[in-house]
Order: sequence, then structure tokens, then C-alpha cells
Amino acid sequence: MMRVSTDVFVVGAGGAGMYAAISAAREGADVIVADKSLISRGGATIMAQMTVASAVGHEEPDHWTHHLADTIEAGHSLCNEELSAILCEESVTRIHEMDEWKVGWARVEGRMTQVHAPGHGLKRCVYVDYLNTGPAVARALRGEVAQRPGIRRASGLAVIEIVVQDGEAVGAVAIDVESGETVLVEAGAIVMAAGGLTKLYKRNSASINMGGEAYAMALRAGAELIDMEFVQFFPIGHLAPRMVGMDPIMWDPFRYKVGGRLLNGEFEEFIHNYGASDGGNYTARRDVASYAIYKEVEEGRGSPHGGVWLSFDHISEEVMKEKFGPMIGRLAKNGIDLQKQAIEVSPIAHYHMGGIRVDTEMKTRIPGLYAAGEAVGGANGATRLSGNAIPEAFVFGERAGKFGAAFAKGRARAPIDEAAATIVLSEPKSQLQKNAEPDGSATALMTELQALMWDKVGLFRTGEKLEQALERIREMQSDDLRNITIPDDEPFNQALLDWYELRAGLLCAESITLAAINRTESRGAHQREDIPDASPEFERNQTIEMSGDDMVTGWAEVPRISYTLEEKQAAVI
Amino acid sequence: MSEDLKTMLKVYRGAADEAPRYEQFDVPHEDGASVLDALVWVRENEDASLAFRYSCVSANACKECMVLVDGKVNYACTAKLNTGTVTVEPLANKTLIRDLVTDIVPPKERLASADVE
Ligand SMILES: Cc1cc2nc3c(=O)[nH]c(=O)nc-3n(C[C@H](O)[C@H](O)[C@H](O)COP(=O)(O)OP(=O)(O)OC[C@H]3O[C@@H](n4cnc5c(N)ncnc54)[C@H](O)[C@@H]3O)c2cc1C
Ligand code: FES
Repeated sequence: MMRVSTDVFVVGAGGAGMYAAISAAREGADVIVADKSLISRGGATIMAQMTVASAVGHEEPDHWTHHLADTIEAGHSLCNEELSAILCEESVTRIHEMDEWKVGWARVEGRMTQVHAPGHGLKRCVYVDYLNTGPAVARALRGEVAQRPGIRRASGLAVIEIVVQDGEAVGAVAIDVESGETVLVEAGAIVMAAGGLTKLYKRNSASINMGGEAYAMALRAGAELIDMEFVQFFPIGHLAPRMVGMDPIMWDPFRYKVGGRLLNGEFEEFIHNYGASDGGNYTARRDVASYAIYKEVEEGRGSPHGGVWLSFDHISEEVMKEKFGPMIGRLAKNGIDLQKQAIEVSPIAHYHMGGIRVDTEMKTRIPGLYAAGEAVGGANGATRLSGNAIPEAFVFGERAGKFGAAFAKGRARAPIDEAAATIVLSEPKSQLQKNAEPDGSATALMTELQALMWDKVGLFRTGEKLEQALERIREMQSDDLRNITIPDDEPFNQALLDWYELRAGLLCAESITLAAINRTESRGAHQREDIPDASPEFERNQTIEMSGDDMVTGWAEVPRISYTLEEKQAAVI
Repeated sequence: MSEDLKTMLKVYRGAADEAPRYEQFDVPHEDGASVLDALVWVRENEDASLAFRYSCVSANACKECMVLVDGKVNYACTAKLNTGTVTVEPLANKTLIRDLVTDIVPPKERLASADVE
């Protein structure tokens, strides 16, 4: 067993984790930033290709309060407005700071170029050309992290559990993936920045490391989660043909820039049958588009892979080339010629609004445990504006690192009892077998879970389907998970890591399903076919915590801001 | 579609201290499938202990999935899966960890070596 000790331990090295590491180091703290994959490469940050919303006001006069108003509106009355306000206000500073760190925001004549994205009142989104936002962000932050002496980087360190002693978070138990060795990390503060959970759905835009471990670790440590029922689905994610090197949500700009026709399996337009007009301007609302696609597929009118067709054959080659330049070449590399063929699209799970409950210092209710990035719940309410997730990672990361460092400074580091690690790791121990041929694999169960979540806890839910899902999820927790044989004593023991991931995924799945059962209304991303309307009674956040092995839910008042947006604008101008 | 087509996937197995060996898996072949798809299929259906690195699945962003496909360096996620026999081996110029996993972690991103306490 290896032991390390640090002021601030950051779990996950995406946009949020790397920002947290930098800001903690700026406060003079020693930092270890760990990722189960490689630093900066494992999660959503490097995969994002498009927009970053912030009221920097380069393209049009803007103010963060306008951004806040749009964010709150999208959130369907559930935004933790204090967090949303911090996100909108501080993103401006973070965007400029990233600029100093040479991220390379697209510019014309010195001004940052900002584009309009759905839900924003004006042109607010910066980006890096061409469709390179995520890789550029990852590279800039990776560089900053590397050059700060106070930061130690740990690629290939899978964090399994937060260690809590006397009600406070004092460190973590991790596995060094390559050697299989157990690592005990003693820390003055821990920042949970291990990303989202959209991998738990069959159709998703996720990396393989987005199975919800952040939420599960926080929950088991005693922190609360909120609003877990709100998973954002993107209506026209790429489905087929197989395409690499492209963002699966890339068809959205294609559709609204040049218009793209959605056709069912019989090559007929169908959006108009669902109360929306799509003719001419192709602006059917996202929720209507999702519902229409879902219904066409359910009624047997889907495309071969279970989605619908998106066709551009009515648009000339010149127009496509002019609007999408190098993208057309990248599509050609994938063997896709939009002049000749339609592609298949389907809604996909894309972002998680719910998450770890924190205060404005990014503190959970467990002293010493902070959270940042997509792992945090609340700022985006019941649906997220496009472009809000990357600034959320920056802003919350910066704060978690700063406040975590301040907390660590005033605290004596507690030595962790080695027994803590033994207990954490004992759970699958009995299932480890020397040279075993694994039968019943965690990956196969994960695939089953993804299908279950997609079919029964997906875009359109009913009480009946949710109950069926909950029953199977609990059975998987108590039976299937315990019956997997895991080969022992191997370096890079993927089967063991898959087991831990499945355990975390099941806990998240349970929390989403339970929360969706309790919210007997439809609001934002949570749509119940059996209860199609929103109800004022549910203008509340739903909380989840563990009591022993049981999950307990509750309701909390939505935190609102006490000033008017006009007051804030007047104060600044 | 091409439901009956198969690929015979020949995969390098074993850790650094073991004698090299190859295992073969009959993998169903689908149009447009990648070598990574085939490896994932093996892990899910045949052998959960098969070790290989990848994160982003098909965004070609993480660059973790580099292996030798039929002797040539390639990303498993972008290499098209052919029918017939396809051989997948770990990178030859990196230290082997196990199966298809090699030591691609930059030295300064290692906790053990960076740790002085
Ligand atoms: C394809 C795609 C496109 C997107 N496009 C946009 C966009 O255009 N604009 C926008 O604003 N947002 C976009 N988003 C959302 C946005 O990218 C994410 O919300 C944001 O990057 C999350 O950052 P993060 O640091 O919280 O998490 P991540 O970047 O996901 O990082 C989390 C890290 O934690 C690691 N990890 C997980 N579990 C463990 C563990 N147990 N131990 C150690 N490490 C662990 C992972 O390997 C990963 O590296 C997109 C998302 C995707 C998937
Ligand atoms: S899986 Fe990420 S580059 Fe191949």
C-alpha cells in the first residue's frame, strides 16, 4: 500500500479538476490532481467541440445579468440562483484568464467572436476554431497545471472512495491502475470533479469514464445530491453511419444554419404531426423534436438503427461548403457525403443537471469535501442552456480549489487508518479469484443497465416503467453485482475497475429513478408521459442522501437571489 | 446487413513478465465497425479481463487507444475492422503493462515518481 499526503486532493482532471488544481496552487496549497484516465483526456472537456457562454460582450453589448436571466428561464424555476449567478458573473473573468493562458478563442480584429446558441438572448458564445474548443481548453489547462510547482499529477489513479473520519472528509482510497497497488491519500481538502453520468444511457455522448462515480462517491461519503431526475437529452445526436473524430451533437448547427429535413423511416416529414411546424425554417423546439422522434420510433416508423433520417439533399453543395468548410472534408473521411445520403439521428443523453449539493463555496455538507464541474447540481435547474457547461467547469473548479485550499490551510491533516482502505476494498475481495475466467462480466451488466435506463428512465417516463426499472436496479445491486467473478492480481485489472464503476453506476441509476418516481409532474428535462403538465407544488429541489444502505429523498426550497437584476446592472455601469 | 460476416481477431495477451501469446476471438462484423468496437465486444462477451486503453470512444480526442493493427500503429477507434483475420498488438516501442496496454503515461504524470514524501 502506498501513502501520499497533500493539502488539496482533486479527483478528476477535466476542466473543473484542472482549474481547481491551479487555483488551489495559487493559494499556496500543495495539490495532487488525479485521473483514472490520463490528465485532461478522460472526460467530457476534451470532447466538447463548440460553444462556451459568457457575457464578455465583445460581439454585442451584454451583461452577466442577462446571461443569468436566460439561464434561470431555461432552468424552469429550479435553478439554484445563487450558483447560477456565480456561474454567469465569474465566467467573464475565467474566459479572459483562459485567454491569457492562450486557449485561442476565435477572434476577428482583436475582438473575440461570439455566436448565438439556442436559448441565449444574443450572441454570447465564444469558441475555438474549427470545432476545437474542448481540445484547446484541455491543452491550455494541462499546460498551466504542468508548470505550477505545487501540483503533482497522477494519471491512472482511480479513486474509489472518500475516507470520512469523525464526520469529516480526510482523504481517499484509490487504485493505481497500472500496478494494481492500493493508494491511500491523506488530504486537508478533497475536490470531487470526476464529471457526469450520461454513460448510464444506451445512447450517449459520453466517454467511458462518465459513469457517475463522482455522485456515488459523494453520496457514500455522506454528502447530499439534488435534482438527480434531470438528465439532458440532445434531440438529434448522431446515430449512424459510424463516424469518428466528430462531436455527436454536431448536427444541431447544421440544422439551424442551413436547414435539414427530419424524415421518418418512410422518408416522410413528421414534425408537423406533433404540433410543430418545421417547414422552411427548421426551428421546431428541442423537446418537440425529441418527442416526435421518440414516438416515430416507438410506432415502428424509425430508421434502420432506431432513429430518424436527417437529410440535406435539398441544399446545394456550394451552400454546404460555404457554411461548413473543413467539416465537409472531415465527413468525407468518414465516407459521408451529405449530397448523396441522409444520416440517422436520435436523441442522446448529453449532460446531467443534477448532482452533488454544494453551497456557494462549493462545499458539501461534509467538512473537507468540495465539488466542481458537471458533478455539481443546481446551477442549471431543470434544463441547461447550451454553452453553460464549460464555464461551469471553469468557475466552480476555480472556487472549489480556492475555498478547499483555505480550508486545508487551517486544518491539521488527519492520519488515515489503514483499516479504512481494507474495508473499502473488501467488498469485491471475496469475488476476486486467481486466474479466474470471469463469468458474468461487469461490462455486460453495464450494457444491460444502459438499455434499462434508456427504455424506462429515459426521455419519456411513466410511473410504471420507473417502478420496473427500480426493481431491476435493486436486484442488480443485491444479486448480479455480487456474483461477478473478478480475476485477481493483475496489473491494469480492468475487470476490477469495471466492478467499482458498475457499483457506482447502479447507485446513480437508483437515485435518478427514485427521484423521477417522486417528481409526479413534467418539467424541463424530466418528462412524464403519464403526467404531462408542470405543477407549482414541484417548484422545489429534490434531495437524496444515504441512510445506511437505504436511499432517502426529500424536498428543499430553491435558493433564489435577493436582488433584482436591474440593481446589479446599475451598480456596475 | 452483413450479419453473418465475422472477423477473426487475433489479440496479444499477457503481462510484461509472461511469455507472449495470442488469443483468437470470432467477432461479429458490422459495416463501419472499428477495431475498438471488436475489442469492446470481446471484453463484454468473451473475456472481461482483456486490457486495453481508451476513453472517448469515437471522438478521436483522447488519443489513448493507440495499438498495432496488423503491424501498423493506429488508433483502435479509427481503424476500420476488416473481415478475415485482424491482429492487434501493443505498441512495440513502449513498455508493456498487460495485453494491449503500454506505458504511455508521461513520466511527470506518475504519482510514484513525483512523490517525495
Ligand atoms: C461530446 C460533448 C460535447 C459537449 N459540448 C459542449 C459545448 O459545446 N459547450 C459546453 O458548455 N459544454 C459542452 N459539453 C459539456 C461539457 O463538456 C462538460 O459538462 C464539462 O466539460 C465537464 O467538465 P468536468 O471537468 O466537470 O468533467 P470531465 O471533463 O468529464 O472530467 C472528469 C474527469 O474525471 C475522471 N474520473 C471519473 N471518475 C474518476 C475516478 N473514479 N477517479 C479518478 N478520476 C475519475 C474522468 O476520467 C475525467 O477525466 C459537451 C459534452 C460532451 C460529452
Ligand atoms: S478512443 Fe479516444 S482517440 Fe481512440
